[in-house]
This record gives sequence, structure tokens and C-alpha cells, in this order.
Amino acid sequence: MKSKKPSIPYLGWMLVFTIVPLLMVLYYAFTDDTGAFTMENFTNVADYSHIFLYSLYVALISTLICLVLAYPVSYSISRCSERKQSIIVMFLMVPMWMNFLLRVYAWVLILQSYGPLDTMLQFFGIHLKLIGNTGAIIVGMVYEFLPFMILPLHAVMSKIDDSLIEAAQDLGCSGVYVFRKVIFPLSIPGIISGVTMVFVPTASTFLVAQYLGGDQLMIGDVIERVFQFNHNTGSAIALVLMVVILGFLVFMNRFGDKEAVGR
Amino acid sequence: MKRLLSLLMVLVLVTMNGVSLVSCSDGEEQSQEEKVSPSAGIDLSDKEKVVNVYNWGEYIAPGDDGGMDVLAEFEKTTGIKVNYTTFETNEELYNVLKNSNSSYDVIIPSDYMIARLQREGMLEKLDFNNIPNYKNIDERFRTGTYDETGEYTVPYTWGFVALVYNTKMIDGDELSGFADLWNPDYKNQVLMFNNSRDALAIAMQVCDPPIDPGKDSFTAEDIERATDKLVELKECGSLKRYVMDQVFTEMEGSQAGLATYYAGDIATMLDNNEDLDYIIPEEGSNLFVDALCIPTCCKHKKNAEIFIDFMCDPEVAAENANYIYYGTPNKAALELMDEEYTDFELVNPPAEYIDKCYAFTELDDKTYSLMQENFIKACTGKASPGSIWTVIAILSLIVAGTIVVLILNIRRGIKNRGRINKL
Repeated sequence: MKSKKPSIPYLGWMLVFTIVPLLMVLYYAFTDDTGAFTMENFTNVADYSHIFLYSLYVALISTLICLVLAYPVSYSISRCSERKQSIIVMFLMVPMWMNFLLRVYAWVLILQSYGPLDTMLQFFGIHLKLIGNTGAIIVGMVYEFLPFMILPLHAVMSKIDDSLIEAAQDLGCSGVYVFRKVIFPLSIPGIISGVTMVFVPTASTFLVAQYLGGDQLMIGDVIERVFQFNHNTGSAIALVLMVVILGFLVFMNRFGDKEAVGR
Repeated sequence: MKRLLSLLMVLVLVTMNGVSLVSCSDGEEQSQEEKVSPSAGIDLSDKEKVVNVYNWGEYIAPGDDGGMDVLAEFEKTTGIKVNYTTFETNEELYNVLKNSNSSYDVIIPSDYMIARLQREGMLEKLDFNNIPNYKNIDERFRTGTYDETGEYTVPYTWGFVALVYNTKMIDGDELSGFADLWNPDYKNQVLMFNNSRDALAIAMQVCDPPIDPGKDSFTAEDIERATDKLVELKECGSLKRYVMDQVFTEMEGSQAGLATYYAGDIATMLDNNEDLDYIIPEEGSNLFVDALCIPTCCKHKKNAEIFIDFMCDPEVAAENANYIYYGTPNKAALELMDEEYTDFELVNPPAEYIDKCYAFTELDDKTYSLMQENFIKACTGKASPGSIWTVIAILSLIVAGTIVVLILNIRRGIKNRGRINKL
């Protein structure tokens, strides 16, 4: 039996700042402003159901793009020498040294009409609306959360032993087969934690849509606004979002278990 | 079991703390009121040559660019020292007055906050014998929804809501008022207030038949109709975004074609982008007034009245108006101002226009939160039944899936235990 004592400070922290707030959200979601039990908050949530679907859609697309971009890069990095790896990882982190809001605002400046990108495209005769649509939100999300996909993927992939790949090649595997039979199965835990770390915050983040999106809000923005005058409905929306994310996590874990054990 | 117990204990402690905190603050408020009321009658003006002024930031002429430093001038002429502090929002002012022991002699809140302070008995009546310059104030502004009898306030500045547009994107001849915001030809060009009160008021004016946004209360049906009108703004395709301060970057950077905002701020935008021009909406719009008042926590009432009188002096008022660039209610000051100010409709609109305007009243909490809720619904648009059912389906799938996974895990756990035992 390992000693549990070292984790006591964190457990205390978690109790006060995670468990108790969660219970408070639960309490608020099922009561009205007098404190009596009610389900009305959840019928109010129905008014925002299309925002839920929109947020999940944006989160899904952003996560997929992140995965497609990050997977090959992480693999290339993981095959470099250790010295090089640490330098590249550091450079990947550089954008995160800047404030989140500043980075979003930089995107606004780049994408706005008469901005640098727009001027360049117009020079070539292309007229596009670059900001104020779902595309711009997805671009912002991918930019914000790409490092969160690369880092876990890289961490897992750098542990894949070169000799495993060589063994597969010695046994006559083509490149595609090596990937399918060795690299991909071994990288699954990285994919799972990467997808989780990107999907969960993109679904619930706020401000990105307010700056880059048009008149379409995301669920995070709605929660923020509703909370300003009605804690109960705000809690109910947050609770439904939590259940959706929880379901997603359970699904991801289950999927991961099977993949890792099954092959 | 032990853990559960300790968790419960913590919960109980936390809730009890919450309760006791609430009751504490209640008690504090009460004791403060008791503390304040006896001292309210005492006037230390003769003993202490001091006046404590609480004003908005950048809301008084500071004396740079060769103008008059109003506060220094006041100290020189009267020998009364000014302690000057500033606030950012009306709510901040309210909290300071209500919950702290600090004492102010002159405050400058906006109309709806004046109404609230007055209703809660936090304002002193003014002695107009000590404010002879009150004669300079335009009759029109002396009373209003914020001060029905005109006994508590001396108007300081006023402003209204107008439209600003980009001449390169929109033909100004086509524009006449707020109804043009709903013109589908201006696809993705329109910026609307991102706060419930201003946005719904404009929607109420455009409704058919229009609702008076200056009413002291609204029925749920009024709010519903205005919300539907705002939803239309989104559905007709003209709306670009709901914004507040971002309106400056959007309009000054020619990102949007047409916006509605406060007239004084539109004047700033016009300075920064030559392509912009303004329209004064034909329907009339929200007129807001900031006024000088004396709160009940005042300890130097006579000095406060001397200060208010000084601010109503035509020359001083003209200096302030020139710096703040909002409308001035001071008739005598207007005569001293140059044409650049007096001919500018955004700070000095024709009197017929002001007659069409309305002022906001202070709403009860229930109506106000209903408006806020409806405004968010207008921002997000209406949910279709399809999306509601999809969300319900997703949720039930998740719950069912989680239960299945849990059961599988437990069964696997039982099986594995069996295996270990066998081994």
C-alpha cells in the first residue's frame, strides 16, 4: 500500500475548489432563486440547444484539423535526436508565452477586411470574407489548441522504440504496414489524450467566437452571459455541457482500452 | 464512510459561512444607515474648507491645451479645497455610497442611478438659494424621469443615441432612422449595442406599433415583441455583430458599414475616420443625463452647493463642454461656445429632436433580468425543434452509454477477480 499522505495538499485543494463548486453547480441547476426544487432551468436550456450543437460541431472540426496537422509533425519530431526534440518542443511552446486574448486579437488584425491577408488576396483578384464566420472561429481554435495536440502525441511517440520499427521492416512490412501495425497502435494513448485536451476546451471556451465569429455565439459565451443575471439557468447549461463532455471522455477511454488491449 | 462524513462537514461549514456572511453584510448595511443618518444633518462647511467630489473619469476640464483648469480655478476663487476622486460605472458609485464609510459631498451619477438613489433616500434636497447660476440651466433638463420635481439634481451633461455610417459602403441619402438597421441590403454591415437595455429600446421603437422605451415598466409581451424584432435583425441578414467598445475599431477601421452608438462617441469616431458620417434617427432616441447631486453622506453641504454653483457658471460650463464634448444643459454656456460646437448636431441637436427623445427609468429587478434573458435569446437566435431533439438524443445516448460502460467494467472486474483467485 503506497502512502497517500503526499497527496493530501492536493486533495484539500480539489475538495475546496473542484468538488464544492461542482456541488454548488448541481444545487443551483436544480433550484430556482428561492431555493426550491425545480426542473425549469433545464427547459430553459432547450432554448440554447442549437448553440450546443454548433459548439460541438466547431469543437469536432477543430479537433480533427488539429489531429491531422499534429500527427505527422509529432512523428517527425519524435524521430529527431533528443537535443533537437527539446529545442523544437520549446519553439512549439513560444506562442503560448503570450496572452491568450492577445493571440486571438492578432488573428482579428490578420483576418479583418483591408487587413494584410485580405489585401494580398484582393491583389490576386480573390474576394473572400475572412472574418465573422465559422471558418475564422475554427482557425482561431486550431491555432490556440494545436500545441495541446502535439505535446501528448510527441510524448507518446518519442517512446516508440526504433528497434520495433526496424523489426517490422526486417520481417518484410511495407511503410504503410509498419504504420498500421506498429506506429499507429502504439500512438493511440497519445491520440486519446490529445483529442481530449483539444476537444474539451474548444467546446467550452469563450471569447474566441466573440472576436472571430460573426453573430454566432458559442456555448461558453452563452454561459458567461446567462450567469450575469441568472445563476440557476447558467448552472443548468454548464451541467448539460459537463454531461456531454463526460460522455465524450467515457467514450474515448473505452475506445482507447479496446484498441490498446485488442491488438 | 469517514470521507463522506468529512465532506458533509465541509459542506455544512461552507454553507453556514455563506449564510453568516450574508447576514453580516445585512447587519453592516443597517448599522451604516444608522451611522449615516445622524451625521447627515451636520454641516462642517464653516469649519473645514473642503469639498469631496466623486465624478466620472475624464469628465471635467483638466486645463491642458491652454484651457481652464476648473478644479484649480475653483480652489483659487473660493478658497475651498477639492478632494477629487473618479468612478467608472454607476454601479461602482452605488456600491461605494452604500457599502463604505467614505463621505462625498458632490456626486455625478446618470439618470437611472439618480432615480434609484432618490428612491432609496440617499440624496439630499438642494438649496437653490445657494446655487444662483441654476438660472442658466435649460428648463427642459431641470426635471425628468430621474428627478420629477427637480429638487435633487442640477444637470451636468447630456447625450443621446445616434447612427454612424461609412459613406464608402452606404449611401447616406437612403438612411433616415433606426428602421434602416433592418434593411437586408446592408448584408453583414450593421453593428448593434451589446447590452440589453439599449438594444431592446431600439427594437421597441421599430416595432409595429412602436412601444415607448421610456415607460417605467414593461409587460412580458412588450419584451417578447421587442425580442422578436431583434431576432429579425439577425434573420434578415443585416446584422454583423453585437458590440460595445469594439464599435470603435470596427467603424474607424471601416470593417462595418452602419452602427448605432452614443452621439458623443460617434463624434470621436468621425475625428478618426474621414469616411464616416452620422445620422440623427428620425424616431427619436434615448436621451441620457448626468447630473450633480448631493448624497446623504455629505458633510459639507454648503461647500457642495458652492461647487455646484461654480460648475453652472457659463464660462466654466463652456470649458467643460468643450473638453468632454457631450451636450451641455447650460444655455448661457452655449452662447459662449464657438460654432464648431453649437452647429454640431451630435452635441447640440435641434430642440424638436430632443422633444422626440425618451429617458430610461429604473426598472425593477424582475423586468430587467427578463430583458437580459430575452436579449441573449435574440443574440443566439431561436432554437429549432430539431436541434432540441438532437441534444436530448445525444444526452440520452451518453447516459445510456455511460451506464453500459460502467456495467461492463464492473463485470470485467468481477471476472478478473475470479481469475486471480483461481491462480
